[in-house]
Amino acid sequence: MSTPTAHEYHPDATGSKIGMWLFLFTELLLFGGMFLLYAVYRAKNPADFHYASLNLDTKVGAINTGILLTSSLTMALAIGMLERRNRKASLWFLLITIGFGVWFLINKYLEWSHKFHHGIWPGSEELTGRTSGENLFYALYFLMTGLHGIHVIAGLVVLGVMVWTVWRPHQRALPLTALTADARAGAVSVTVEYNEDATLDQQKLIRLENAGLYWHLVDVIWIFLFPLFYLIS
Amino acid sequence: MTIAEPSYLEYQGRHKGLAGWIFSTDHKRIGVLYLISILTFFSVGVLIGVVMRLKMLWPGEHLYSAAAYNAFFTVHGVIQIFLFIIPGIPAAFGNFILPLQIGAKDVAFPRLNLLSWWVYVAGALLALTALFSGNGPPDTGWSFYVPYSLRTNTNVTLAVFAAFILGFSSILTGLNFITTIHRMRCPGMSWFRMPLFTWSLYATAWIQILATPILAITLILVMAERILNLGLFDPGRGGDPLLYQHLFWIYSHPAVYIMILPAMGVVSEVIPTFCRKNIYGYKAIAFSSLAIAFVGYLVWGHHMFTSGMSGTARMVFSLLTFLVAIPSGVKVFNWIATMYKGSIKLEPPMLFALTFIFLFSIGGLTGLLNGALATDVNVHETYYVVGHFHYTMFGGTGMGFFAALLYWFPKMTGKMYNKRMIVVAWAHIFVGFNLLYFTMMIMGWLGMPRRYYSYPPEYHTYHVVATVGSWLLAAGIFMFLGAFIVALKKGQPAPANPWGAATLEWQTPSPPPVENFHEIPTVTGGPYEFKEGHPA
Repeated sequence: MSTPTAHEYHPDATGSKIGMWLFLFTELLLFGGMFLLYAVYRAKNPADFHYASLNLDTKVGAINTGILLTSSLTMALAIGMLERRNRKASLWFLLITIGFGVWFLINKYLEWSHKFHHGIWPGSEELTGRTSGENLFYALYFLMTGLHGIHVIAGLVVLGVMVWTVWRPHQRALPLTALTADARAGAVSVTVEYNEDATLDQQKLIRLENAGLYWHLVDVIWIFLFPLFYLIS
Repeated sequence: MTIAEPSYLEYQGRHKGLAGWIFSTDHKRIGVLYLISILTFFSVGVLIGVVMRLKMLWPGEHLYSAAAYNAFFTVHGVIQIFLFIIPGIPAAFGNFILPLQIGAKDVAFPRLNLLSWWVYVAGALLALTALFSGNGPPDTGWSFYVPYSLRTNTNVTLAVFAAFILGFSSILTGLNFITTIHRMRCPGMSWFRMPLFTWSLYATAWIQILATPILAITLILVMAERILNLGLFDPGRGGDPLLYQHLFWIYSHPAVYIMILPAMGVVSEVIPTFCRKNIYGYKAIAFSSLAIAFVGYLVWGHHMFTSGMSGTARMVFSLLTFLVAIPSGVKVFNWIATMYKGSIKLEPPMLFALTFIFLFSIGGLTGLLNGALATDVNVHETYYVVGHFHYTMFGGTGMGFFAALLYWFPKMTGKMYNKRMIVVAWAHIFVGFNLLYFTMMIMGWLGMPRRYYSYPPEYHTYHVVATVGSWLLAAGIFMFLGAFIVALKKGQPAPANPWGAATLEWQTPSPPPVENFHEIPTVTGGPYEFKEGHPA
């Protein structure tokens, strides 16, 4: 017999990674559906897409690309610092990553407001006067960058939780019964070598790494959105 | 000698009573939660189906309005597909049985598992809210085709959002199962010693992960169009409504394999057990599940033969559709070969497994007429399609679900049901089913279009026969479900292995203890090895 916490306890790092990668896979497919729409509509209206793309501000797009790429670096550094048991540095890098994410969103906000200011939003009078290809371009632009923006926000929430996870000094030690029960399950090789600190860091590290994977995904999707909308002209 | 370990039903954890269930991360309790919720929605869906058939007793306007009829077939489809048949076997029996079959203590992510049930409930509640709020229930059919789904004033946005949420639940379950199967198998449980139900869940989980996100984005697009008016599917603004159909079926065709594969897995468990014989062609059945998962991803275009596609595209999709029938055929032949010279015991689970083979074969063979371009044009959008679909999904997955319930109910509850009641219910189901859906196929062949509120008088006799069939069918279903409620109250206690089956879940008490096994088992052979009629 073991405690209920033992039931939930699974120190399987590889298992957690597999789960996370599968989840990322579904995220890619989610955007895949929209890339499909983009491919079809661009093939049908190449000239209109070219013309509409000219109106997007490549500079802002490039800056945002730089911001996200750098934030991926700081994210990786946060993980590396935790691996080296340097919680404080890890926390700082996490906060910097969040800062970059917020900066990205601010740029996005300014960019969108600029478009709204010029009367460009889905179904606006200004836009309905233009070609259908341009309409489709902007529909996809707002939809895809909007959905990406939601993912950035979700990523920031995850990172916020990570700040708390890393910052939290000490977790309750795991009951010994949990370890023996799991060892009995044969699912994991839990042995007496587990000391309290090592377990703590291990758990935090797995979580932080998975959060990092998610953040990189948000970055990677942007890497595709940037050329498709800003650089095709 | 035996340690008095409480079963998962008696175990008192952090929470007591109802909270001990709805906050439990035990895969067995979650499986039971799913089972109860799924059967509840299934019953509602059945009742709506009966109400639909009732209207069709006579042509012309009576009983309720045509708009209500549209709402009924939409809601019937949404409930039976998103709330019953997609989560169905994986969420209820997969959750309960999968860890037991591979000798694990739980799934890989128990808390995620509980979350997936909560997400399912949230989605279901949203779907119900969509029925009773706003401008009335959606009336688009379960496929939410544009442009109508964008123009109707009914509560489509909320219903679509509910389906989106339910998709999340499906993805979480799939992700959990794949990780569990990769990481949690007990010592000696190699890939080719896994029971075939586990194999079918593995293939299903991959489809859930590969296909469901496409549904999610499609539903997001419907919501975005309705709220933001993007014009992506509006030909007047350069959009193409056909793209919606493509996106929708890229998910929804693989989804029928999400529905059928686990049922095939159940049949692959039941047949060797009640034939006292090793399964014929173990690897062929395991690989055919993967083949169905793979090829099934490439055949969505056969839903759109009449929507407008190039001749080449139609021929390719038609060819692939015929190809996907091959692995299903492989399974059917292997099951029959297993029975050959077996010591067949016609217990209730076996009865329903055989019913599965019979009805699913009719469903599969009539499907070939839909896959062929020339015949499809004639039967498209007729009752023939509805009949065919119900033969595969209800005659297939539904009967597989019933077989699973009969097979594993003693394990889940430690109680045995009244077998005579089940056989009586089966007779009603079998006769009612064929009266209802075979008549539908004949009507469709004669030209009766689906989704029509009324019909010319020459179809009257057929509609009466089908409606009478629906009464028998519904009566059988409720008798069937009633037998389990009676069993819970008055059933005889079930032994650990009432069927003499060989897989791991039968080596632990019924109902299983919280930790599943007193001692983690070590596997030394295949899952269906019998010696002189007993598990080897």
